Amino acid sequence: MGAPVIDRQLPTDDAAALLDLTRDLATRELAPRAAEAERTGEFPRELFRTLGRAGLLGLPYPEEYGGSGQPYEVYLQVVEELARAWLAVGLGVSVHTLSCHGLASFGTEEQKRRWLPDMLGGELLGAYCLSEPHCGSDAAALRTRAERQPDGDYLVTGTKAWITHGGVADFCTLLARTGGEGAKGISAFLVEAGTPGMVAAPAERKMGMKSSVTAQVVFDRARVAEQRRIGAEGEGFGVAMAALDAGRLGIAACAVGLAQAALDVAVEYAGERTAFGRPIGDFQGVSFLLADAAAGVEASRQLYLAAARRKDAGRPYATQAAMAKLVATDTCMKVTTDMVQVLGGAGYVEDYPVERYMREAKVLQIVEGTNQIQRLVIGRALLDR
Amino acid sequence: MNIVVLVKQVPDTNSERRLTDSDHTLDRASADVVLDEINERAVEEALRLQEAHGGEVTVVTMGPDSATDALRKALSMGADKAVHLSDAALHGSDAVQTARALAKVIGTVEGVDLVLAGNEATDGRMGAVPAMVAEVLGLPALTHARKVEVDGSTVRVERETDEGVAFVEAALPALVSVGEKINEPRYPSFKGIMAAKKKPVTTLGLADAGIDAAEVGLANAATTVVEAAPKPPRSGGQKVEDAGDGGVRIAEFLAAQKLI
Ligand SMILES: Cc1cc2nc3c(=O)[nH]c(=O)nc-3n(C[C@H](O)[C@H](O)[C@H](O)COP(=O)(O)OP(=O)(O)OC[C@H]3O[C@@H](n4cnc5c(N)ncnc54)[C@H](O)[C@@H]3O)c2cc1C
Ligand SMILES: Cc1cc2nc3c(=O)[nH]c(=O)nc-3n(C[C@H](O)[C@H](O)[C@H](O)COP(=O)(O)OP(=O)(O)OC[C@H]3O[C@@H](n4cnc5c(N)ncnc54)[C@H](O)[C@@H]3O)c2cc1C
Repeated sequence: MGAPVIDRQLPTDDAAALLDLTRDLATRELAPRAAEAERTGEFPRELFRTLGRAGLLGLPYPEEYGGSGQPYEVYLQVVEELARAWLAVGLGVSVHTLSCHGLASFGTEEQKRRWLPDMLGGELLGAYCLSEPHCGSDAAALRTRAERQPDGDYLVTGTKAWITHGGVADFCTLLARTGGEGAKGISAFLVEAGTPGMVAAPAERKMGMKSSVTAQVVFDRARVAEQRRIGAEGEGFGVAMAALDAGRLGIAACAVGLAQAALDVAVEYAGERTAFGRPIGDFQGVSFLLADAAAGVEASRQLYLAAARRKDAGRPYATQAAMAKLVATDTCMKVTTDMVQVLGGAGYVEDYPVERYMREAKVLQIVEGTNQIQRLVIGRALLDR
Repeated sequence: MNIVVLVKQVPDTNSERRLTDSDHTLDRASADVVLDEINERAVEEALRLQEAHGGEVTVVTMGPDSATDALRKALSMGADKAVHLSDAALHGSDAVQTARALAKVIGTVEGVDLVLAGNEATDGRMGAVPAMVAEVLGLPALTHARKVEVDGSTVRVERETDEGVAFVEAALPALVSVGEKINEPRYPSFKGIMAAKKKPVTTLGLADAGIDAAEVGLANAATTVVEAAPKPPRSGGQKVEDAGDGGVRIAEFLAAQKLI
C-alpha cells in the first residue's frame, strides 16, 4: 500500500532528499493519524514539533537565521506532500510559514537576529492575524487599534477572526490600525502568545479540517513593545499583502495535495470494484472522470510551480499566485466531488476518506482571499487599475 | 565517551524478500534496502549517550557498496563518522566470519569505550553477531538491553528477555546490544541530511582492515544453506460455523491447540 510516489522535477539532490524525508514523515506520522484526528478534532501539536525538529517549519528562509534556504519551488512541494497525507497539517505548515514572512522580509537586522531563529527553529508555531468579524475580503477596513503610548509601546484593542492556530500558536503576526482609515493607517506587529490582554475564544466548529484550530483572538489593551513593530507605521498593509501573495502559493500546494489524495483513493477503488462483471475503471464513464481529475491536478501543480519559480527568480508573481490559488482550489473542489462519485455509495460514507476530502476542499476556496478576490486581483492586473 | 554502533543494511520488511537461486544468499539487488530499524534505535541510543557524556559516535557496517546509504542515514541522524568494510570476498560470510571481520574494523577506530549493536538483524536473525564480536574483542557483552545508562566507567543495562528483566552492569569498554523497546529513533533533520554529505566515511577493503581472505566468504563459511524453498501458502484453516455453540467450539479448538 501507500500512496504512489510522484515523479517530481527537483532542482537539487538536497531537494530530492528533503522530499524523501517528507514522504517518510507523511507516511509514518501523518497518514495513520489523520482520519481519527479529523473525527475528534484534536489539534496535533506534538506532530508539528516532530516536523519542526526535522526542519520543516523554516524551509524557505535564509540559513543564517535558522532556515533551510530552500526555494519556494521546493518548499511548496513539501507542503503538497504533507497536505496529501493530512490537509490540516499541510495548511498549518503553510500558515506558520506565512506568519514568519513579515519579519523575514521587512524586519530590521536586529529584529531578525533576535526572533527569527526561534520562529524557524521548529519548537514554536505561528499564526497570522488579519481578518476580523466584520471584514475578511476587505481587509483594509480592519478596526483593531494599536494606540501609541507615551513610552513608545502600543496598546492593542480589537478582535481578530478566523485565526488558524488561534490559542495554540506561540506568536502571531498582527495587523492593527495605528493611523487613520484605509490601508495606509495599518501597521504590522510581531506579538508573543501569552501577552497579557490577549486571549483566544473557543475554537470554531467547522465543516471540515476539524483538527486545525480556528478561533477568534481578542485583544484588550494588550501591550506590544515598539521594537515589535515590523516596518514603519502605516506600512503594515504592504507587509500583510506580500505575505498573502506567498501564502496563496501554499494554499494552492495544499489544494494539489488534497486533490491528489482523492485521486489516489479513487484510482485504487476503480481498479478493484466490479460492476456488470468488470472493474468499474474499465468503463469510459469512470476512467474519463479519473483522467480529467489527473489532468486538472497536474495542471494545477505546474501552475503553482511556475508562479513559485517566478518568485524564486525575484520576478513579480502576485498575479500568477492568484491564478494558481484560484485554479488549484477550484480544481480541488471539482476533483474531490468527482472522486466521491467514482466511489458511489462508498464515497459518501466515512469508511473512505473522500467525503472528508470533499468537505475539506471547500475551505481552500475561501481562505487567504476567496476565489472571488483572486479574480479581482487578476482582473485588476489585466485592466491595470 | 567514544561509541561505535554496528549497523546493517537490510531488505525493507515491507518489500518482498527472497534468496538468490544460485547460492541461496539473500537477494539484495531485488529488494528495497534500508538501515535496519533496530540499528536506528542503536544509533539513537548512542546519540543520547553522546548528548549526556560527549565523545564521538562512529557507525560501522560490513556490506556491499550500497550499504553506504545506511551509513548516510545514520550520519544524517547525527553520528559523526562512518567506516564501511566492503569487499567482494565477503559475500556469503556467516555470523562467525561477520563477527571476526567487524571486530577487526572496530580495531581501526581509536579509543572505543562502548560498542552498540541491535540484538537481532531483521534479515539474518541470527541474534549472535554482537556476542561474538564481544568474544573476539574480549569485551563484556550485555545483550537485549531495554535501558542503558553510563556512570563514570560503568555501563548499566536493563536486560529484557522472555524470562524476565535482569539488571546487569560491566566496566567499560563493553558491548551492548539493544532491543526493540529501547527508544523511539529520531527522524533525520533536513539539515542533518545535508551535513551528512560532508561527514567522513572511510571505506576499507579486506587488506586495509587486516582480514585474511581465506577466513571469510561463502566458500569458507562454517555453515551452508543447502536448499531453500518459499514457505507454502497458508491452507484454508478451520472454519467454525456458529450454530449456537460457536463460543464453546472455539474454546475447545484453542484448548486442543494448547493456546488456552
Ligand atoms: C478555516 C479558516 C481559516 C482561516 N484562517 C485565517 C487566518 O489564519 N488568518 C486570517 O487573517 N484569516 C483567516 N481566515 C479568514 C479568511 O481569510 C476569510 O474568511 C476570507 O478572507 C473571507 O472573508 P469573510 O469570511 O469575511 O467573507 P466576506 O468578505 O464577508 O465575503 C463574503 C462573500 O462575499 C464575497 N465578496 C466579498 N467582497 C467581494 C468583492 N469585492 N467582489 C466579489 N465578491 C466579494 C466573498 O468572495 C464571499 O463569497 C480563515 C478562514 C477560515 C474559514
Ligand atoms: C539469506 C541468507 C543466507 C545466509 N546464508 C548463510 C550461509 O550460507 N552460511 C552462513 O553461515 N550464514 C548464512 N547466513 C547468515 C548471515 O551470514 C548472517 O546474516 C550474518 O552473518 C549476520 O548475522 P545476522 O544478520 O543474523 O546478525 P544478528 O546477529 O542477528 O545481528 C545483530 C546485530 O549485529 C550487527 N551486525 C550484524 N551484521 C552486521 C554487519 N554486516 N555489519 C554491521 N553490523 C552487523 C548489527 O548491529 C545487528 O543489529 C545467511 C543469512 C541470510 C539472511
